[in-house]
Amino acid sequence: MSETLTQRSADAATTQPPVAPPQSVEYLVFVTRDRKLAVPITDVREIRSWSEPTPLPHAPPHLLGVVNLRGTVLPVIDLALRLKIDRTPAGARNVFVVVEVDGRPIGLLVEAVADIHKSNGEDRQPVPATAEGSVTPCIESLLLANDAMIQILDLPALSLVADDAVERQPS
Amino acid sequence: MSDPMEAIKQSFFEECTELLEELEQGLLALQDGSADEETIGAVFRSVHSIKGGAGAFALDGLSRFAHEFETVLDLVRGGRLTLDANSILVLLRAADMLADIATSSAEGTEMDAPVEAAIRAELTDLATSGAAPGHAAPEPAIDFAPIASDLTAFDGEVPAGQPAAPPTGPTQSDVWTIHFEPLPGLLASGNEPLYLFRALAVLGEVGVVCDPTGLPALAAIEMGELMIRWMVTLRPSAGDLTRSEIENVFDFADGLCHLTVSPRRLPGVDVAPEPVAGTVPAATPAPIATPPARRVNASEHRARPQSSSVRVDLQRIDNLVNLVGEIVIAQAMLSQIASEPDRRQELTASLDMLTQLTLEVQDTVMSIRALPIKPLFQRMSRIAREAAQMTGKDVRLVIDGEGTQIDKTVIELLADPLTHMVRNAIDHGLEDAETRVAAGKPRQGIVRLSAAQRSDRVLVEISDDGAGIGRDRVLAKARAQGLVDQNATLAPHEIDRLLFLPGFSTSEEVSELSGRGVGMDVVNSAIQNLSGTISIQSEPGKGTTLVVSLPLTLAILDGMVLRVGEDRYVMPLAAIVETMMLEGADIQHLASGGALVRTHGRYVPLHDLGDLLGRPAPARPAADRTIILVDPGDDANFALIIDDVEAQRQVVVKGLANTMKRVPGISAATILGNGRVALILDSTGLQSLSRVTNRTGSERLAS
Repeated sequence: MSETLTQRSADAATTQPPVAPPQSVEYLVFVTRDRKLAVPITDVREIRSWSEPTPLPHAPPHLLGVVNLRGTVLPVIDLALRLKIDRTPAGARNVFVVVEVDGRPIGLLVEAVADIHKSNGEDRQPVPATAEGSVTPCIESLLLANDAMIQILDLPALSLVADDAVERQPS
Repeated sequence: MSDPMEAIKQSFFEECTELLEELEQGLLALQDGSADEETIGAVFRSVHSIKGGAGAFALDGLSRFAHEFETVLDLVRGGRLTLDANSILVLLRAADMLADIATSSAEGTEMDAPVEAAIRAELTDLATSGAAPGHAAPEPAIDFAPIASDLTAFDGEVPAGQPAAPPTGPTQSDVWTIHFEPLPGLLASGNEPLYLFRALAVLGEVGVVCDPTGLPALAAIEMGELMIRWMVTLRPSAGDLTRSEIENVFDFADGLCHLTVSPRRLPGVDVAPEPVAGTVPAATPAPIATPPARRVNASEHRARPQSSSVRVDLQRIDNLVNLVGEIVIAQAMLSQIASEPDRRQELTASLDMLTQLTLEVQDTVMSIRALPIKPLFQRMSRIAREAAQMTGKDVRLVIDGEGTQIDKTVIELLADPLTHMVRNAIDHGLEDAETRVAAGKPRQGIVRLSAAQRSDRVLVEISDDGAGIGRDRVLAKARAQGLVDQNATLAPHEIDRLLFLPGFSTSEEVSELSGRGVGMDVVNSAIQNLSGTISIQSEPGKGTTLVVSLPLTLAILDGMVLRVGEDRYVMPLAAIVETMMLEGADIQHLASGGALVRTHGRYVPLHDLGDLLGRPAPARPAADRTIILVDPGDDANFALIIDDVEAQRQVVVKGLANTMKRVPGISAATILGNGRVALILDSTGLQSLSRVTNRTGSERLAS
């Protein structure tokens, strides 16, 4: 599975100048807590089935711990908890979406992977300021697909906070 | 052009490092008298090769210094300069300086000009003293300054037909004429006439004239080939420049050009006697000079140590190491399955085989990463020289076991602590010459540096034959600094250990070398970071020995698998002093809110590991729990309550550094036989963690 994904990512990478609407960008769409979220498929390394993480001492709640990814120690975070929605309940379809941020792999726990969405850029819009007047953190932009809203994650924002939380602990 | 050139330059610097090592080795052999005729030849060639390369890459500073160095070495090689202990020291210092210049050239930093000038002056003195008496004229080879300005003018373009400046001295009456005619393929092979001419410019003043005769018609010109010829006149800065030295410059263009090198007397210039009579007669320098040079060339191939090594990208080895780690894990998984009753026998049989194979592969792969400790020890001989010079002490560094192999990473990380220890041994360990003589010892102090492998560890020893540790002074100092209780009585070895306490320094005044208040404690923690231990032995009047025990590799660690609740942790075996039952242990609670447990007649702090790590386990009866006594290395032992010690195991260390920032109390992770990640505990980190979480933990213990 990971191989086809990588292959596809490679293809997508070659056809993806950042601001060029006619070119289509592929997103991996997944579901967590009834929300549809997505990341550019070029950022996805692989999808892993659930395995019990080893908790890290004094880690923030959303940092579930580390799992064994074929010999690499992979930190995994509960995406729903990270987005301040809710703790992801245990479920048979729970998977880790392994994304690479700044060259470092990180696993996002989500409830299920939905599909791959092709966007030509026209269905994409910035996140509007909400009632509170703040832009939602960790969400980069929105996609409208088949009348459903897909939120595109701002990956660097996600993992940076995870690091900080660990660092701020007493040492 | 810039990128491939950069890569070639890089490999030149790598080669440079090797050449500098050979150079130093040769000089050290000269120093301890084990040198033969070949040694001085090898030393000369090292410097010569550096000069050649530096010239090709237009590293002016490096080639200039190498040239002066070479000039002196050439006098030695020719038997015109006899080396004594002092002049060898000058040469060693010059070698150090050459290494510094090479480093600064590689990094593009500025050199410390006064220091360089001082060493240059020393070389010049040496060269002048080498010139046989009766020569009124100064050795022209040393008068190198005009070339320097020439080279800067040279930057970028070939000064075609530039008239040669007046010669530096009347003795330089000889001019070499070099006809250089490139053949097709010269450029394609990576040669570039400009670099060749620059290299020539190192040997003396050059005048380059382009000879366009024979240029084909425009239509017949082959793009990418050189169609022109050059005539180069070279006015050597050294009077005894040989033909082969010039030809050496064109080494890489061999077969790709027509080259004729001929000596020519400049008309109208008085012929002064050749500075070094007998060796290179002025009239016909080339024919006579060439044969001996050839002999050297022939022996070069013989003398070069034939080490059959391959340079492998470290990343590849690391990948291999990772894979082997995987095999080890897979095998551990199998072991676990095998412990289930069905099909046990056949499984165990094939497992045994796999285990054997894994071990062999593991050993082989690990050995790829292992390198001899020699380069590190060689660096120490330089450190010792510098330290000896600064303190004015007469010191001999004796090196033993330099062939001992140890992990590359360990070698790299050992450099700083070792430097510190060698400096300490010279600065604090050895007495000055007068004191030594008064104590009936030889003037020259000896610092011994040795390495040896003992089963799966490498022992590195640094010993001096100095006065030993002044224990009264150490104790007084420690008391004054409040590190030891005023009335405490300490055993001699306990006093010695005080040296490792943070902030402790024995030196009365802050010296330039050591004793800035950061001392052995820094060494101690550096060694611990390498999973090593350090011990100290000292005998008054006889000297001090530091023994550093290091693991062969950092990739695999001996540890104890500990269980707290459902969590598994690995504690490095080296950090565990002992284990005992919680039940029946003498536990006392401090009024300030901390628990202590008595071991070996002392009370040490006691913490619940689960609490320390913020993972409190459900309360369990004391009868089921265990205490481990941990030594983080500075003798500030503490004890941890855990549920169980499950196994002693070798684990493959997986760094957390590339996935996340530092986690308190955790040094790395590993993967256990069940495929799950277990965290490797960091005893020093746990200790600092305990100071933060002390209160909550002790409350739980008390309840």
